[in-house]
Amino acid sequence: MNRWSPPVLGTLGAVALWWGATAVFGIRPLFLPAPPDIVAAFRAQPGYLMRAAGATLGVTAAGFAIAVVTGLLVAVALTASRTLERAALPVLVALNSVPKVAIAPLLVVWLGFGSQPKIVLVLLICVFPVVVATMAGLTSTPAELGELGRSLSASGWQTYVKIRLPWALPQMFTGLKVAVSLAVIGAVVAEISQPGGGLGAVVVLSGMSFDTPLAFAAIVLLALLSTALFYLVVGLERLLVPWARAISG
Amino acid sequence: MIRLKGVSRTFPTRDGEVAALRDLDLDIAENQFVAVVGRSGCGKSTLLRLIAGLLEPTGGALTIDGAPVGRPRQDVVLMHQLPALLPWRTALGNVMLPVEIRRLPRDEYRARAADLLDSVGLAGFHQRHPYELSGGMQQRVALCRALIQRPRVLLMDEPFSALDALTREELATQLQAMHLAAPATTVFVTHSIPEAVLLADRVVVLGTRPGRVRRVLDVGIPRPRSFGPNAYVARAAEYVAELHDLLLEE
Repeated sequence: MNRWSPPVLGTLGAVALWWGATAVFGIRPLFLPAPPDIVAAFRAQPGYLMRAAGATLGVTAAGFAIAVVTGLLVAVALTASRTLERAALPVLVALNSVPKVAIAPLLVVWLGFGSQPKIVLVLLICVFPVVVATMAGLTSTPAELGELGRSLSASGWQTYVKIRLPWALPQMFTGLKVAVSLAVIGAVVAEISQPGGGLGAVVVLSGMSFDTPLAFAAIVLLALLSTALFYLVVGLERLLVPWARAISG
Repeated sequence: MIRLKGVSRTFPTRDGEVAALRDLDLDIAENQFVAVVGRSGCGKSTLLRLIAGLLEPTGGALTIDGAPVGRPRQDVVLMHQLPALLPWRTALGNVMLPVEIRRLPRDEYRARAADLLDSVGLAGFHQRHPYELSGGMQQRVALCRALIQRPRVLLMDEPFSALDALTREELATQLQAMHLAAPATTVFVTHSIPEAVLLADRVVVLGTRPGRVRRVLDVGIPRPRSFGPNAYVARAAEYVAELHDLLLEE
């Protein structure tokens, strides 16, 4: 058994179970379409679905990228000043506990009907794990490395760039892996509340017209998109911090 | 010349001020190798951090070449018990870290870094990462990093204590050779009495709570010294025994 067979067999097994259930219990496609119905729905209008997927991917990627940069900057600022951390962290935690679904319509009021409110929603929903994970990484610099920096009279900038930030990267990536899945969810929530485009809109519109196979085709594409983005982050992690796996045994 | 005159250092704790060092007088001459021994809690690490400029004395005067030490100096280097290497840098990259932070000419120092690594037996390991090296090799890289800027003062805080006994002796012998080839004023904190006798021109015995100088012993054995069979085994054993009693009787 090579390293690819367990995930492939697992996925195929799940699809087979689903297909078997629809066939054995005679479930109508309106309630739960079988895999061939979904493939058929996709092949009926591939251009439409791929454009929708592209729109969702664009919103997700833009919001996620802004969240990574913002989260990193906020984490650096909060760990640089103890006072700032104590002043700002409770506000951040409170803001994070606001249900983002409830904000989605408000964002449309504030920012209009474009991709802007969607990108902002993605940012809001996925920035928090980036901040928390990066802060944890930045405050975990071993004492001897901190002293090394001080004994070399390293400037604050040098300490961050050469010691603290690289040390924080493995923990930051833990946050990024959580955040990237949340980013897709954020994009879909935004598209459902303002169904002007994207896979979320496809789900809403096809649900209204009882086209369940089309809705499922959109959902499957979302799952594929989310999985691909997750493993993209994993790949980036292996590329940038190969040492993290080696030193954590 | 490092001069400590009545140096004290206290630390605030929940039970009030605790003195780590009190009224310490010590002169260390240029290029002298001084070993500091003492029981746990005698302020050995505090002493090194004071000289390194990482801590300030709460009393007395500490000067290097007449200048008071208030912050880390470029010509004074502290080496830790742990290698403290950056795991994402290669051995060579780690040795080059001080050069980059001090903004010294990199090209000039890269050759020196490579020579240093070769001289401690890491010729084939320049591009290896710390996790690919043994503990002894990592500490050798740390030694090269300490020596890269040709420090005038080398402060070593139990640098070999995390290594196995044989590697430890090997590194001590290597350090002696490097000190003879390119002398620097060295303050070497250790728990190993034989190591102190092998390496030091003078052994300073510190008393505990608060730390103070109990005794300074001059080691009059000619160099290069060795742990193996040699003409001075008996004299070395006498020094070891004397230091042993001094440490135990407290």
